[in-house]
Amino acid sequence: MHLAYPAVLAVLLFCTGLYGVLARRNAILVLMSVELMLNAVNLNLVAFDVWLRDTLHAGQALTLFTIAIAAAEIGIGLSIVLMVYRNRGTSDVDRLRDTAESPGPAGPDDAAPDGAADATHPDATAAAQKAEATA
Amino acid sequence: MTTPTLAVLVPLLPFLGAVAGLLLGRKAPGFVRPLAVLPTLLSAVIAVLIAVRQGGGTGGGIRPVDAATELTPTGSVPIELALHLDGFAVLVAVLVGLVASCVQIYSTGYLRDDPRYPSYAALVSLFTSAMFLVVYSGDLMVLLVGWEVMGICSYFLVGHYWETPEARAASLKAFLVTKLGDVPFLIGLFALAADAGSFRITKVLDAVATGGLDHPTLIALLLLAGVAGKSAQFPLHTWLPDAMAGPTPVSALIHAATMVAAGVYFVARLLPVFAASAAALVVLAVMAAVTMVGSALAALAQDDIKRVLAYSTIGQLGYMTGALAVGERGAAVFHLLSHGAFKALLFLAAGVIIHAAGTNSLAAMSRMTGLRDRIPDAFWTMTVALLALAAIPPFSGFFSKEAVLGAAEHAATGHTGSVPGSAGWIVLVSGLLTAMLTAAYATRLWLLAFRPPVTGPHPAPGVVEAPDHGRQPVVMNAVLWVLAVPSLAFGITVGALPDWFDGGSLTPTLTTSVLATGLTLVGGLVTYGTWRHTTALAARVPVGAVTAHPGAEPAVSEAEAIATHTPAYGSIASAPDPADPGRLLLGPLHRHAAVGFRLDAVYTALFVRPTQFLATVVRFLDREVVDTYVRGAGTLPRWLGAAARRAQTGNVQTYLSALLAGSVVLAVAAVLVAAGA
Amino acid sequence: MTLAAAAPQGFLSPTGVEVAFVLVGLVTFAAAIVTVTTKQLVHAALWLVVALGGLAAEYLLLTAEFVAWVQVLIYVGSVVVLLLFGLMLTKAPIGRSPDADSGNRWAALTVAVAAAATLVWVVVDAFRTQWIDLDAPQGTTSVTGAMLFQHWVLPFEALSVLLLAALVGAIVLSRKSEEPSDERVRDAKAHARDDAEAAADKEQR
Repeated sequence: MHLAYPAVLAVLLFCTGLYGVLARRNAILVLMSVELMLNAVNLNLVAFDVWLRDTLHAGQALTLFTIAIAAAEIGIGLSIVLMVYRNRGTSDVDRLRDTAESPGPAGPDDAAPDGAADATHPDATAAAQKAEATA
Repeated sequence: MTTPTLAVLVPLLPFLGAVAGLLLGRKAPGFVRPLAVLPTLLSAVIAVLIAVRQGGGTGGGIRPVDAATELTPTGSVPIELALHLDGFAVLVAVLVGLVASCVQIYSTGYLRDDPRYPSYAALVSLFTSAMFLVVYSGDLMVLLVGWEVMGICSYFLVGHYWETPEARAASLKAFLVTKLGDVPFLIGLFALAADAGSFRITKVLDAVATGGLDHPTLIALLLLAGVAGKSAQFPLHTWLPDAMAGPTPVSALIHAATMVAAGVYFVARLLPVFAASAAALVVLAVMAAVTMVGSALAALAQDDIKRVLAYSTIGQLGYMTGALAVGERGAAVFHLLSHGAFKALLFLAAGVIIHAAGTNSLAAMSRMTGLRDRIPDAFWTMTVALLALAAIPPFSGFFSKEAVLGAAEHAATGHTGSVPGSAGWIVLVSGLLTAMLTAAYATRLWLLAFRPPVTGPHPAPGVVEAPDHGRQPVVMNAVLWVLAVPSLAFGITVGALPDWFDGGSLTPTLTTSVLATGLTLVGGLVTYGTWRHTTALAARVPVGAVTAHPGAEPAVSEAEAIATHTPAYGSIASAPDPADPGRLLLGPLHRHAAVGFRLDAVYTALFVRPTQFLATVVRFLDREVVDTYVRGAGTLPRWLGAAARRAQTGNVQTYLSALLAGSVVLAVAAVLVAAGA
Repeated sequence: MTLAAAAPQGFLSPTGVEVAFVLVGLVTFAAAIVTVTTKQLVHAALWLVVALGGLAAEYLLLTAEFVAWVQVLIYVGSVVVLLLFGLMLTKAPIGRSPDADSGNRWAALTVAVAAAATLVWVVVDAFRTQWIDLDAPQGTTSVTGAMLFQHWVLPFEALSVLLLAALVGAIVLSRKSEEPSDERVRDAKAHARDDAEAAADKEQR
């Protein structure tokens, strides 16, 4: 069989998974996309193992290991998603933006307007404290 | 000990006293007075000793002592620690030692409770040391060091009462105006050394004698600027009247007897340099004439007793520069010596008067009775000093002034080789005119201060009894009598002095003596007549503000008198007193003379306003133009930073997209490179 | 392997295996596409089953039968079930949810298409002359088992420890804490509302 067939299929699956990881909003769908990517790699491993006639069957062994690790990963990942959901009430990836650059204190020139902003939005600091407390 | 060793000790002792006084001032107050008085006294004694050893100077056949040591090579023109002890130096050093000792002793009484007395005494010692250095130095650079140290000491001491705005302004003004002269002075020194190849005075004079100076006029004029600043000659004299905001002993030491004489002394030392340029001598003569006449007129209009004396000092310094302008440095230094003694006496006596009267205003004193009886010592010594100032025959001022006028006449009639006759005439005419004016203001001062107003039979409302301040401190009165001796009797040395100087005769000539004394008597009598006419007004118009602190040190009265003069009389210089004979004598001139002929206003318009305007422009340029660029430079990074901040959305998917897009680009690039594209 | 040696097996004369591989591959790829694009979250999980099953079939076609069965057992049997449980636990909406894709979709599409183009170009360029000899089966169960427990036994044991750790970790993470849970849920809700408001603010700006 032509080696290009499994290789190209693996590439296409990988990029489909890539798209899913980047474009999906729900964390569990992102995890599914990650599984697609992993499987693309697995297909490559098996195909090259068969092509090279490896006496150690390294490709297939690694595929098995990858499958096992993927199972572990999906378990851990799902539990993390569950915890995030429990704490934040959502599992949407693009809403988990705690690392965003807040429009907070930037420079000495902006100190006064920022102080005013803080004063007018006390709930912002309260929310930040809550996030800290629940994390 | 050899003479050079002794001569080194003279400036060194007050310097060490000043350092010790500054260090120990707070910790050991008991040592401050001995540390202030003893080194200065000892220096004075050594100065006298040196003078005795050097007795006769060049005229007596004894060579001047010249000693020099070069500490370290300093480039093309070497700077050496050099001594040059001729007749001028040793005699001026004696005067400095005498006046400085008197002032230090006087200050122990005058400022006895002042919390800043330690630093005051140390600065006076430092000043004395610097003056000795100027006098003895044989090297122009070392002389300059002393010259500048004196300037800074003057700044600190004028500002001694820094609580009063007058003293602060006066100290700044004194410093800035003298420095204004010192800049050309420094350039002149460099030019002189460049032409002569040395800073040593002897070598410079040798170079002048052999015609080695390329630009004598330029150098002389540059040096004259510094001399005018230091010796308070027109047009840089404006700082001296204001410097009277300092304590009286400081005025006596620095602004009457010694520092202001340093300029004259400097020119006397380097007279051949000036004599090499006829133009410089004429400029010097014009400067002296304007200074003499103008300051005498201004002195006639002043109300503050110390300002009268300050303008008088300017005028007498004008006599000295006049003597230099006619090439007779013996007469100049003679007048310097006698003037130093009687002017220090005048100031110190004025300090006593201000304390006793509780005011520095002549208008207030003229309405006071019994002042003469309260302070007999000050009265008699002041009378002696005023007679000396007015150049009445047996007193010292007569001989020295006649020496100046005689020299001027000599030059005017063309008997002095290198001096242009015009310079002689200028000095002679202005000197005679000033002699009359001097007599007038001296008489006015004496009458207003000591003669009670003629009131007639009715008790006058404006006349008050002098406040009772108790007895004046003994040290202050004793010093007055010590200084009265040379004021009275210095004239008898007139026969011996030429031996110390260049050898030219200093005895009065008949023509000028008769002329000058006659004019002096005229001035004094006219003033007396005017006073008789105006004094009746004094009783009717009450003027005056008197402060009385019987228990406090004298300096307190003076500081308050200075601080209250402007609020009480409307001006620091004059008082609206119709009983003032000077007002009648000067007529319409009085208004201008009282403010020093508005020279300060002219300077304000010419220099202060443009400087302030330029400062405004610079401030505008800095704030609005330079800062705009700075702010503009800051804006771009801020925008970039804002853009970078906007990229930090917190959305992991965005980050990952960017990361992977970058990876793809890198991979494509790597493949292309590997494919050899 | 030279081009001349490979010449008999050209693109234009596909074998039966190749035809089957391409067809199954198309199904798999289509299922994967649907998985990452569908608006119904549960459907995505089910289409994932199709894609993973298709891959298992591809393994079979590549004579790796043990891997194929493991794929079916673990992925289709357990992973997808886990994912479904996850969807249910996070209260994923049943039916179409219009916001299944984030605003990052177009960037994602660009990156994915660019990556696919690059990789396909590179892979085809590299392997267009390579053939796999499928005559002798490479991955029979007995061979794989013997190999796994002879040469790969140490990694295998290490993997078991990893799985244990993952098990423990998953339990620890997903266990509810001792605190009163309703308060935390309320907090979380409030926080979510705050976040929503913040997002709305940002959009308005």
